[in-house]
Amino acid sequence: MKQNNGTRVIVGKGSCGIAAGANRISTLLEKGIRDAGIDCSVVTTGCIGMCYLEPVVDVLLPDGSKETYVRVDADGAGEILKSIRGEANNAEQYKIPREDAENLHKQTRVALANCGVIDPESIDEYIAKDGYKTVTQTMKTHSPEDIIAIIKESGLAGRGGAGFPTWFKWQAARNSPYPKDGIKYVICNADEGDPGAFMDRAVLEGDPHALIEGMLMAAYAIGAREGVVYVRAEYPLAIHRLENAIAQAEERGFLGDDIQGTGFGFRLRIKAGAGAFVCGEETALIASLEGERGMPRLKPPFPAQKGLWQKPSNINNVETYANVPWIIRNGGQAFAAMGTENSKGTKVFALTGKIKKGGLVEIPMGNSIRDVIYGVGGGIKEDKAFKAVQMGGPSGGCIPAELIDTLIDYRTLAATGAIMGSGGMVVMDETTCMVDMARFFLDFTCKESCGKCVHCRIGTKRMLEILTRITEGEGRDGDIELLSDLAVQIKDGSLCGLGQTAPNPVLTTIKYFRNEYEDHIYHKKCTAKQCKPLLRYAIDKDACTGCTLCSRKCPVEAISGQVKQPHTIDPEVCIKCGKCAEVCRFKAVVID
Amino acid sequence: MACCNDAKAWRLKDPAIDLALLDPVLDTYAGVEGSLITILQKAQGLYGYLPVDLLAYIALKTGVKPAKVLGVATFYTQFRLEPVGKHLIMLCQGTACHVNGSAAIEEAVRDELGVEEGAITPDGLFTYNNVACLGCCSLSPVMMIGEETYGTLTPDKARTILRQIREKEAANA
Repeated sequence: MKQNNGTRVIVGKGSCGIAAGANRISTLLEKGIRDAGIDCSVVTTGCIGMCYLEPVVDVLLPDGSKETYVRVDADGAGEILKSIRGEANNAEQYKIPREDAENLHKQTRVALANCGVIDPESIDEYIAKDGYKTVTQTMKTHSPEDIIAIIKESGLAGRGGAGFPTWFKWQAARNSPYPKDGIKYVICNADEGDPGAFMDRAVLEGDPHALIEGMLMAAYAIGAREGVVYVRAEYPLAIHRLENAIAQAEERGFLGDDIQGTGFGFRLRIKAGAGAFVCGEETALIASLEGERGMPRLKPPFPAQKGLWQKPSNINNVETYANVPWIIRNGGQAFAAMGTENSKGTKVFALTGKIKKGGLVEIPMGNSIRDVIYGVGGGIKEDKAFKAVQMGGPSGGCIPAELIDTLIDYRTLAATGAIMGSGGMVVMDETTCMVDMARFFLDFTCKESCGKCVHCRIGTKRMLEILTRITEGEGRDGDIELLSDLAVQIKDGSLCGLGQTAPNPVLTTIKYFRNEYEDHIYHKKCTAKQCKPLLRYAIDKDACTGCTLCSRKCPVEAISGQVKQPHTIDPEVCIKCGKCAEVCRFKAVVID
Repeated sequence: MACCNDAKAWRLKDPAIDLALLDPVLDTYAGVEGSLITILQKAQGLYGYLPVDLLAYIALKTGVKPAKVLGVATFYTQFRLEPVGKHLIMLCQGTACHVNGSAAIEEAVRDELGVEEGAITPDGLFTYNNVACLGCCSLSPVMMIGEETYGTLTPDKARTILRQIREKEAANA
C-alpha cells in the first residue's frame, strides 16, 4: 500500500443495483484501487431508492465531503478511479444531477433512513447510527406497557395494506394469556407479493438490523421469546443479508437468551416462503409457516389469540417494524407530528410504470399524488399525458388524472376506491388501456386465489373471461353491468382480503373509465391502441418507400406491393402481430 | 387410499432417481413439525424439480399423507413437478413490466426458443416461465436467467441475450 488517503468508495448493491451492473462496477473499482496501490476501501450499501440512476457509486473523501456518481458504466468506473488517484478525469459527467440530489432532500426518511447509507452487512455501522439504542437504553428504563404506549402515541398503523393500528395488535397479543408452554410469537410478514412494490426488499437488503430491532421491541412489549421472518423465496439477497444480520446480532448479544443483561430472551429465525400471493394474508401466512397450503381461515380467533401453532402471535410487515426503532428513539410525538389527522408518520412508496424517476420514496403522509408523481417522480416518461395511477396493487384501484390532487392518507385514498396498500404506485399514461389493466389484475388474482371460497375461485375466473372477451373485441351489451354485479358478489362472498379486494381494479376502472369499456364493447375500439384484436394496421402510401422489408417479415404474407412502390396490408389476412410496424424504418405503418 | 403409506405397495416409477440423495435432509428435519415446505425446497435444490416418486418418498419418510405432500407441492409457484432446461428464464409479468411491454418480450422469447411456457427447448438449454413481480420494477421490463437479471429489455435485446447464451454453450460443448 502506497498511501492511506482515507477515501471510501460505496457501491449501491440492492437487487436493482446489481441488476444494473453494480457487481461488475464494484469489481472494476476494487481492482483499479488495488492496482494503483491506494489504501481505499470499497464497501457495499443497500438501495438508496433512486433505481432509475443505478448503478450508484458514492465516494467519501477524506475531508468528509461526498461525491455521488450515477449510471456508472465501465468507462465511468475508470473516470472515478482517475479522480481518486488525483489524475485528470471526466468523472464530472457521471455526477448526480443537482435536481436528483435535491430530490433526496425532499424526502423524510424514517423506515429507509439507513438504506443506501450504511453497509447492511456491518452491525457496527448500524450501531454508529444509534442502532440497538432501544436495547441498550430503553429496555432498561421502560416497561413493556411503556413501549406500547409510545407506539400508541405515534399513531403507527400497519404498512402492509390494511392500516390497522399497530399498538392495538401488540396490546391484544400482550393481553392474551400465555399457553402452558409459555410461548408467544412475533412474526414478520416479508412476503412482499404485491407486483410493483419493493420497499420491504429495500429494508431487508439495505438495513436488516432495523427490522431485527423493531421485532425485538415488539417481542419485549408482547412478552414473546420467539420470532420468525417469513421472506419470499424470490428475494435471495434479502435472505442472505438478514441471515448475516441475525448472526451478528446473536454474536453481540442483541438476540439470544439474555439480551444485554436484561434477562429478556428473544430468538429469531427465517422461513423462506415458496411463492403464493395469498400468504400475505396473516392466517394464510401462519398456515404456510406450519408447512400447509397457504389458505386463510376465518377470524376470530385472531392471531393475537390463536396464531402460529395456536399460540398468541403478533404479525406486522417489514416496513412497520422498521419504523419502530426510530419511534422509540425519537418518541411517539415526533412520529405523530408528521402526516395527517388519521394517518401518522411517513410512508414509503414504490414509484414505477410510466414515470421518469422510478424508485423508492419516503414522504410524510398527507402529500398529494401530484407531489409524488410530478415532484419527486419527475413526471411522466416522454412527457406524455398522465392518465391514472394504480395504488395498492391488485387489491387497490386506479386513481384517475382528475383526482391527482387527492391527499395520500388512508381515508382519502379509500374514498376514491383505491387503497394505500403496501405503497405500490404504478403510473400509467395515455398509452395504457384501462380495460387491459383491469384484465391484467384479474388474471393475477385469479391465478393467486387459493380456491377456498367459491366466489373468489370461480367469480374471478368469470370476470377474467368477460374482460378478456371485451379486450378481444367480443364484448357484449350488458357486460359492464355483469362485471359490476359479479364484483359485489365476490366482495361479499370471500373470506379473506384477497377475494374481498380482487374486484377493486375492475370497479375503479368502470367508475372512472367507463367510456373506455364502452368504446371496446360498442365501437370495438381501443383508444390506447393496446388491445391487438381491435387494432387495424395500414400503410401510409406517402411514407412508404417500397423497401419490401415489411412484406418479407410478415409471417402470414398479408403485405403485398412492388419494389419501390407503396405496399398494402390485406386486413382479412393480417393477424395484427405488429411485426411490420416494428421493422418499418419510415414509420409508414399506421395503427388505428 | 389406505395403501398410500404402505412401503410395499409403493413402486418407483423412474428408477433413475437416486432417492438416497435426500436422506440427509430428511434426517435433519425428522420430527420437526411444519417442515414440509422446507424439505420440498431442499429437495428441489438437489434434484432441480420434484419428481412424483420423490414426493411419495418424502410422504413415506415423514409420515405426511401423500395427498398432502402433493397438495403443498402444487400450491406454491416455486415448486416444479417437471424438469426444466439448463437455463431457467423467469419473465417478469409484474404490473410495471406489463405497462412497459412485457407481453412483447414474451412473444420474442417464445418465438426465439420455439417452445411454450414451461417446456424445455429440444437442445435442453432453456425453459421459460412467466412469474409475478421480480421486484426490479424500475428496470422494467425485466427477466432473470438463473441468478442474472436483465433489465430495460426490448424484444431484440431479449433475442440477443438468448442467442449469446446459445453461442456460449455451443462453444463450450
